[in-house]
Amino acid sequence: MHPPKPSNIRARSAPDWPFWLAFGLIAALYAALICGMLLADAQHTSVSAFLQALHTPEIQFSIKLTLISCTAAAVLSLLVSVPIGYLLSRGRFLGKRLLDVLFDVPLVLPPLVIGISLLILFQTPAGRAIESHIRFTYAVPGLILAQFVVACSLSVRTMRSTFDHLPARCEAVALTLGCSRASAFWRVALPSAWRGALTAFTIAWARSMGEFGPVLVFAGTTRFKTEVLPTTIFLELSVGNLETAVAVSLLMAGMGVAVLTVIRWAGEDSNDWT
Amino acid sequence: MIGLEKVCLRIGSFRLEDVSFRIPSGAYAVLMGETGCGKTSIVEAICGLRRIISGRISIDRSDMTRERPADRGIGYVPQDGALFSTLTVREHLEFALRVRRWSRGAIERRVDELACKLDLEKVLGRKPPGLSGGERQRVALGRALSFNPAALCLDEPLSALDEASQDRMCALLRSVHAAGNLTVLHVTHSRLEAGRLGSLRLKLERGAVSPSLPADS
Repeated sequence: MHPPKPSNIRARSAPDWPFWLAFGLIAALYAALICGMLLADAQHTSVSAFLQALHTPEIQFSIKLTLISCTAAAVLSLLVSVPIGYLLSRGRFLGKRLLDVLFDVPLVLPPLVIGISLLILFQTPAGRAIESHIRFTYAVPGLILAQFVVACSLSVRTMRSTFDHLPARCEAVALTLGCSRASAFWRVALPSAWRGALTAFTIAWARSMGEFGPVLVFAGTTRFKTEVLPTTIFLELSVGNLETAVAVSLLMAGMGVAVLTVIRWAGEDSNDWT
Repeated sequence: MIGLEKVCLRIGSFRLEDVSFRIPSGAYAVLMGETGCGKTSIVEAICGLRRIISGRISIDRSDMTRERPADRGIGYVPQDGALFSTLTVREHLEFALRVRRWSRGAIERRVDELACKLDLEKVLGRKPPGLSGGERQRVALGRALSFNPAALCLDEPLSALDEASQDRMCALLRSVHAAGNLTVLHVTHSRLEAGRLGSLRLKLERGAVSPSLPADS
C-alpha cells in the first residue's frame, strides 16, 4: 500500500461563514422577537399616559403589595433553599434522588394545578387548623404562599448548583481546624455562597413577581386586598382598559430587566469560588 | 506519633486492606506511591475526613479512630491549599484560634509570629485570589500550624509550585519541623522531595505500606 501523496493529506473543509450566518440569523430572529414585543408595548403608550395609569390608587396599591409579597416570598425561599441546597449537594442519604426530583415538581406542575392544590390543601383538617390561626385562602399570606411554592423550587436549584461548585475540601479543612459541621457551614460554606444566594433571592423575587395562575386561584384578585401586578393586567384587560394594562406590563418589564442586571452582576467572577 | 493498625478503607471501587505503619513522635515521614494508589485517602482517614471500615488510628498513643476531625488535633494542608475565598490571610491564620476562643491578644501574638515565620507579613490583608502559588501554600501551612497541632499532614503541598517556590517551601518545612516536636506525614510522588525532607520514607504499593529505601541508596 502506497503512502498518500502530499496533495491528498490536506483536508478540503467547507468555508465557516455559512455556519456562522445560519446560527447568527436564528439568534437575530429571536432577538428581534424580544425587542419587537418590548417596543410594541412602549409604542402603545406615552410617558404621560404611563405615569397617569401608575398614579391611580388601585395600581399604587398593587405595586406596593407586589413589592412586599415578592420580597417576603423571596426571603422565605432563600431561608428554605439554602439548607435544602446544602443538603442535596453535600449530603449522602437514602432517598436523595427522590427528594431531588420532588423539589422540581413545582416547576413542572401547571400553574393552575398549583393554585387548585393549595386551595384543596387548605380544605383538609390540617389546612383548616392552620387557617383558624392565620387566614391563607383569598388573603395576603395565601398570596405569598402561592408565590413561594414555585419561587422556592427555582431557588433550591440555584443554591444546590452553588454549593456543588464550591469545593467541599474547604469545609473539610475547617473541620480539621476545630469546626463542627454547622460551624464549617456558617464560617466557610455560606460566606463563599453569597453570590449564589443573591442570585437565588433575585430569581425567586422575579418568579414571584410573574406568578399569576396560583395567585389567581388561591389568593384571588380583590382590589385593595390581594391584587398584584399580574392580576392587575388581567383585571384591566378584562374590562377593556388596554392603556393601563400596557403601562403595568411595561413597569413589570422594567422590573424584570433590573432583576436580570442583578443576576448577571452576581454571576460575574463566580469562578472566584474555587 | 501517628499509628495505623490494620486499617481498611474503601476508595471508590477498590479497597485498601490492612494498612499498618507507625511514625514515631517528631519524625518527618514521607509517604510515596503512584497516582491513585490511595495516599490522599490515607491522609484523609488520619484526619478523620474519611470513614474507615475497620482498624485503628492513633495519635500520640490515643485512639482517634472514632474521634471527629476537630478533636484529633491534626494540622492538614491539602494539595490545592483549599483556602477560604472570602477570608484574608490574617483571618486564615486566626481561624482555628477564633474557633478555640483564644483571647484577642493571644491571637494577635500568634498571627504575628506565624506571619513572620512564613514571610506573610506583607500579604496579611489580601484574599486568596491576590496570592501567588507559594504564598497560598504558606498560608495553608500557617493555618494548619496556628493551633499548635500534635501532628501535621501534608498532601502533595509542593506539586503545584515552581522550582524556586519548591526550594523555599522545603526550607520552610524543614525549619518548621526542626522548631517543634511535630510529627509530620508528607504525601508526595517526588523522590527529590522525599530525599530532601523525609527522615522516614514509606511506600504505598499494591495496598500495603512498607519502608522505602532512600532515593540515593
